[in-house]
Amino acid sequence: MPHIQLQTGLPGIRGLFAFRLDTARPLSQLAQVLLHDSGTLSRADRELIATYVSSLNDCYYCQTCHGALAAEHLEGDAALVEQVKRDPEKAPISGKLRALLAIAGKVQRGGKNVTSEDIERARSQGATDREIHDTVLIAAAFCMYNRYVDGLATWAPRDDEEGYRQRAATVAANGYMRLIEDMQAASAARE
Amino acid sequence: MVFRPETAEPLNELADILLRGPNTLAPGERELIATLVSSRNDCFFCQRVHGAVAAYHLGNNEQLVLDVESDPEHAAVPDKMKALLAIAGKVQRGGKEVTSEDIARARECGASDMEIHDTVLIAAAFCMFNRYVDGLGTWAPTDPDVYRERAPITAREGYANSIHRILAEQPIT
Repeated sequence: MPHIQLQTGLPGIRGLFAFRLDTARPLSQLAQVLLHDSGTLSRADRELIATYVSSLNDCYYCQTCHGALAAEHLEGDAALVEQVKRDPEKAPISGKLRALLAIAGKVQRGGKNVTSEDIERARSQGATDREIHDTVLIAAAFCMYNRYVDGLATWAPRDDEEGYRQRAATVAANGYMRLIEDMQAASAARE
Repeated sequence: MVFRPETAEPLNELADILLRGPNTLAPGERELIATLVSSRNDCFFCQRVHGAVAAYHLGNNEQLVLDVESDPEHAAVPDKMKALLAIAGKVQRGGKEVTSEDIARARECGASDMEIHDTVLIAAAFCMFNRYVDGLGTWAPTDPDVYRERAPITAREGYANSIHRILAEQPIT
């Protein structure tokens, strides 16, 4: 049961967004810029970073949602997502993404764990400053989202692969702002 | 932050709503939550910025800020704040650390659902800000006066125009 009274039927962060719409906006905007808007890292790569950090933080809802999104951007390759969660160093991904996931894993434990060797490794694999910046911020942001979702003990559907897949397809198509725009419109209609 | 204005905007907006927006928790109380979490994450820059703003809101009581950082249970703050600071300390370690007993204690001390929500989100947000600042190896001023002098301006004008601008001039280490 959630620690606070949330609208029933809305899982994970969606129930929290409905609870407080004004913080939901910048939280959604941040996800939109980091994960969906155009960038030199593919959406799949960015969702894999989010999934990996959520998995390290043991947040069921976030790792399942973003894992489904990563798979959606990888033409349904859920097996690759599982490999990255289990051991990014051995997963069949680019050397650059492997180096960025190593940085993300360090950030999950704490910002000071990132060493200049980690940064050098990413640079030698072709990562730009902007890509390193975004990797650190995606990892840091999921240390927030994961704590927000689990710290208030939100509900999440279990064993509902198809439900998460459908939701992922919607977010992949529309981005992260649609949910909050719909909630704002519904709230305005009630007033 | 100026390195990437597209992300700076929602980050500053989030900080402003949580720490300076209308709230039943006083700005000083919310800054204490931010300072405690930044202290537990050993983030020098965030701890100094938010510690100075907290002290400013608390009548320049820098000692109270230090007391909260070292031992919130024995600091001279109301019981409700002690309960909320305990929740924030749990969130710093991980979301699942928060128990229904922690929540019941806060409720018994008069905390509302919104206050509990905001405490968890402030603590979670500083687990992000702290990692962002330290994960990119940013430089921070060591002179406490820099933070002390900047605090009233930040309190008045908000985080979008604040000392966070220092992060702008940072190259990635």
